[in-house]
Amino acid sequence: MIGVEHYVIVSAILFVLGVLGIFLNRKNIIVILMAIELILLSVNLNLVAFSAFLGDLVGQVFAMFVLTVAAGEAAIGLAILVIYFRGRGTIAVDDANRMKG
Amino acid sequence: MIQTIAFYIFAVLVIASAVMVITARNPVHSVLWLILAFFNAAGLMVLVGAEFIAMLLVIVYVGAVAVLFLFVVMMLDIDVAALRAGFVKNFPLGIVIALILLAELVLGLSAYRVGAIELGTAAAGEAPAMVASNTGAIGGLLYTRYLFLFEAAGIILLVAMIGAIVLTHRPPKSKRGHQDIGKQVRRNPDEATVMKQPTVGEGVEL
Repeated sequence: MIGVEHYVIVSAILFVLGVLGIFLNRKNIIVILMAIELILLSVNLNLVAFSAFLGDLVGQVFAMFVLTVAAGEAAIGLAILVIYFRGRGTIAVDDANRMKG
Repeated sequence: MIQTIAFYIFAVLVIASAVMVITARNPVHSVLWLILAFFNAAGLMVLVGAEFIAMLLVIVYVGAVAVLFLFVVMMLDIDVAALRAGFVKNFPLGIVIALILLAELVLGLSAYRVGAIELGTAAAGEAPAMVASNTGAIGGLLYTRYLFLFEAAGIILLVAMIGAIVLTHRPPKSKRGHQDIGKQVRRNPDEATVMKQPTVGEGVEL
């Protein structure tokens, strides 16, 4: 029988993979944004699993708000990425230290 | 039984596609693996009876966010090889930190499994019970107790939309230059015309 601990293990692995993705692709900001999406997905999975096994719907409502913020974050992040690419012609972010206005 | 098999299929697929997201050479392939990961996570959520969030995940993530990622990846002309330069160099440190983090999480989890931490009970009586469908119950909760939070989420999305448009919008440029009506109206004869009295046989210097 599948219990809540199975879900927690899956989402823990997913979370760690997201963190690892940020470490591995330090130059590629697109993959960094995707890794952040993976982290938020693991958080959502956790919230939904606990909500279902506790019989409390509030966790699913909160997962919906996390989803909203993740969508907004992806949109703003990609917009910043597009204007950064227009100005520099590259998306290598490890030398993005010239943003002094 | 079938539920257990489905859980393991979805779990293995979501983890495998997450691995592919962070290791794929081409960002386009990363986005496609991300879509597969979202589908399988939605399957996991359906298994515990959270259909609404699962469908929301498919619609919002696969339908909007992943397509946005695909557009941006294909719009930008990216040198993939240069971006993967630090991949091998960062690999050992990243693996070590990831293993430490996973060990910490699993240790916390095993403490939970032997019963050190027990699941509490849900706040009774306040939330509407899961009488109807999952979607109906969430709607009943969302439009009553969490109405203001729901509206705040709408405002967040509005701000994100306006911000993205303001960041990426460029004023249109036509080849003939653009017409600024205010500037035309503000012109007066003094600065628009000059009187010259050229002598015979010489040019005019403006």
